[in-house]
Amino acid sequence: MKLFNEPSPLETRIISFRFGLENSASIDTYLAHDGYKALRKALEMTPDDVINEVKASNLRGRGGAGFPTGLKWSFVPRASEKPKYIVVNADESEPGTCKDRLLIQNDPHQLIEGILLGAIAVGAKKGWIYIRGEYNYLIAIMDKAIAEAYKNGFLGKNICGTEFEFDLYTHTGAGAYECGEESALLESLEGKRGVPRIRPPFPAISGAFQSPTLLNNVETFSSVPAILRMGGTAYSDLGVPKSGGTRMVCMSGHVNRPGVYEVPLGFPMMKFVNEIGGGVWKGRQLKAIIPGGSSSPLLRAEECDIPMDYDSIAKAGSMLGSGGLMVMDETTDMVKLALRIMRFYQHESCGWCIPCREGTTWLKKMLQRVTDGHGQARDIDLIGDLAQNMRGRTFCPLGDAAAMPTIAIVKKYRNEFEAYVAKNPFAASELVSIS
Amino acid sequence: MTFSPELEAKFADLVTHYPEGRQRAALIPMLMFGQDEIGSVTQEMMEELGRRLGLSTMQVDEVVGYYSMLHKKPMGKFHVQVCTNVACMLRGGAELYDHACHKLGLGHKQVSADGRISLEEVECMGACSWAPAIQVNYDFHHEVSTDQLDTILEGLQK
Repeated sequence: MKLFNEPSPLETRIISFRFGLENSASIDTYLAHDGYKALRKALEMTPDDVINEVKASNLRGRGGAGFPTGLKWSFVPRASEKPKYIVVNADESEPGTCKDRLLIQNDPHQLIEGILLGAIAVGAKKGWIYIRGEYNYLIAIMDKAIAEAYKNGFLGKNICGTEFEFDLYTHTGAGAYECGEESALLESLEGKRGVPRIRPPFPAISGAFQSPTLLNNVETFSSVPAILRMGGTAYSDLGVPKSGGTRMVCMSGHVNRPGVYEVPLGFPMMKFVNEIGGGVWKGRQLKAIIPGGSSSPLLRAEECDIPMDYDSIAKAGSMLGSGGLMVMDETTDMVKLALRIMRFYQHESCGWCIPCREGTTWLKKMLQRVTDGHGQARDIDLIGDLAQNMRGRTFCPLGDAAAMPTIAIVKKYRNEFEAYVAKNPFAASELVSIS
Repeated sequence: MTFSPELEAKFADLVTHYPEGRQRAALIPMLMFGQDEIGSVTQEMMEELGRRLGLSTMQVDEVVGYYSMLHKKPMGKFHVQVCTNVACMLRGGAELYDHACHKLGLGHKQVSADGRISLEEVECMGACSWAPAIQVNYDFHHEVSTDQLDTILEGLQK
């Protein structure tokens, strides 16, 4: 099994530098390569100092929303009658994303250390890593790393000979995209259906088991040890203002060298595709790129000459999201793409709120109709309008995740939808009245 | 009903991971591990786990119904899952799934007559950079060509 791609010389390997070392998942390798140094440093700092260092790093959540991590950490109340918890979102399921898998597989101790730094910052004593069910083999890797950490005094009571204590467990999911949404993940962690909660209260105030909870993505936690080691400002300087540091970008689709590569925020997207990814495969032309998982609106080839950081991609009308960058060549059928994306969101809609449950279902039906060659001209506008109506009207971001790419595809590749409709011999030129 | 001593030990440990009075949290891991051992989530298992965690069978059932990896009907001994989501689709995942359907004579979530192989078209499994990907039970196979798929499937049919 090919576990990961060859690294590229153009990468800046801050959190992936141990990938490829012999036994990179073992605590011995970790300790020999700066392992648990940040923890020792943090144990001599105050919680506020740790949070300030993370704030200075300009680290933003790597799960998809891109919320500033230091700020999120500061929301957890200092004093609390209830115990405080840490929950790690390892339910990586945004189509196009496969980085957290590598971070756990190759460097589980880096994640443990990041969790411990979060625990020091917010005063938590217990935590869970919620791993998606499909990643069964990672649970064994993570459990082994946790056992090693207990044995070496990095988990349990009196960590590194101090008063600090922390218990960490893995928790398996059972196949549900929706559980990547933080409040649905908490419901699932509590043994229920993964249906999102109303917010506020946010998890920082009332999260797992109605206690204050710090919840971050695997990559976010995995980035913190490096921040503490090198200092928040130095980490921030790797990236661009407001988007600090590096991130793992998962390249897939029609490229010569697909893979997961760590690059600084602000790295040029076309350089990433052409030089790290070896360009579009089979000598074909680039048609479009989905920059951050299937929920991010796609960018036409001529819109892709931009730096990969949160603000630049937002300015181009899309989002960096989860870092799942999917490349499409000139042969890609955009109508089929829109249908496949919608089929996914329709399947994964939890059914709790009507705009999402019904919206995704009807959009799938209409896109299927167009793809099957039974589409009418009016369907094209209807698809766009329905998606537009879903936006911002659903209980959780899944509805937006389904609507945004659909709106973009219909707008940018309307001609392809029209070509499908033109092939329908029964297409009516205008709406026929039945009265 | 009874589980193997190893699984019982795992369950006994599992319930200690969660805050006192919140043992329900162990339900989904228990269902997954139980299914791995028994082959499916049976009525009997739902009743038993419900009893242990203080839940009605209905409460367990509504959780089971939500998650796509929990099956009330037994899947094959080898459950072949082919991803056709965007990243895999761009590299031939849909054709791979069609190929598997024809080769096995099975459709989505169907099980072979001998109960040995089942097929499922699945959503993104997190192998996007190594697409198209399939999973046989929990084992990943990356960058699978139709020839490789034939070899894998023939190996399972023996």
